[in-house]
Amino acid sequence: MKCRKCGGVAVINMRHHRLALCADHFVEWFISYTQRAIERYRMFGSDDQLLVAVSGGKDSLALWDVLSRLGYRVDGMYVGLGIDGDDGYSAASQAKAEAFAEARGLTLHVVDVKQTYGESIPELAQMTRRGRKPCALCGLVKRHIMNRVAYEGGYDAIATGHNLDDEAAVLMQNTLRWQTGYLARQAPVLPSTHPRLARKVKPFVRLYERETAAYAIVRGIDYIYDECPHAVGSTTIFYKGLLNQLESRSLGAKLSFYLSFLQAKREGLFSEPGEALELNDCQRCGQPTTAPELCAFCRLWVRRIDKG
Amino acid sequence: MVKVIFRDKEWEVRAGMTVRDAILKVGLDPQAVLPVRDGKLINEATILRQGDVIRLVAVISGG
Repeated sequence: MKCRKCGGVAVINMRHHRLALCADHFVEWFISYTQRAIERYRMFGSDDQLLVAVSGGKDSLALWDVLSRLGYRVDGMYVGLGIDGDDGYSAASQAKAEAFAEARGLTLHVVDVKQTYGESIPELAQMTRRGRKPCALCGLVKRHIMNRVAYEGGYDAIATGHNLDDEAAVLMQNTLRWQTGYLARQAPVLPSTHPRLARKVKPFVRLYERETAAYAIVRGIDYIYDECPHAVGSTTIFYKGLLNQLESRSLGAKLSFYLSFLQAKREGLFSEPGEALELNDCQRCGQPTTAPELCAFCRLWVRRIDKG
Repeated sequence: MVKVIFRDKEWEVRAGMTVRDAILKVGLDPQAVLPVRDGKLINEATILRQGDVIRLVAVISGG
């Protein structure tokens, strides 16, 4: 199989694009495709200071690599969740993120949940009413910390490595249950609605997960291959499998599903909310919240203290 | 024979088939893995040679 651009040996065939490329031209294409998404959705400009949420996985490290190669001012942020103890999953993924940053002279902010707040995510999950599985807490804690670090550091936007497969899987889950609130908020860009809530952007939103993985491999990015142990059997992975079955029968189905959704939104699929949400400042941390006193993040720790 | 490795599993397949056919033969979805030989990504139409060791890298993440 030959590279469409140079006739050399192709390393990847992107069937839905009918495009096979060699390593060099694939990297060039991938970076260019990402930049086009940034421009198309007006995610950020060259003057913006960006913060990439880094997990040590292929998507976030690939994103950080692409954005720095494109010349954007971009730092990284890693949240240490304390999964699997001192030498387990979190430690390994943090080591990957730190090695990546050091090798490229990039700035990585590390926030260890246990060191900062007193308990790891699994320990907190055991203690709170959100149940024993940490996943319910993980997103809440990471979002809170990302918002705080972005605000304190003066960052204009938080970039995450969500790819098309991630977005299509979430879209499918939310559509099957007609979760209209979530559907209305699913987009490549979430604008800032409060000074303490930075803009959220997803530059990989039009790229297949297979392509982001290929980029990481071709670029020699050392990422953590193991999945979070709590992700085993997750519904996201299940839906991704279903969508891949669809894709194998109808090339481009995943991309079309997602892009058609965005088009339908632009054409008014979801009506605007009747009233803007009223946000208060959390009495403990100052982050915005719809609750009258404490935000959901601080309520976790207060409940934990009460139970402890 | 050709060795195919995915996570902690190993299979042996005959040389002469394509990477894509080998992936299907071991029961995996070609969209869900990327084939690597000698540390380099290879395309799915590559014909496997005697003695090849192909590592399949998982594409899908869900954490």
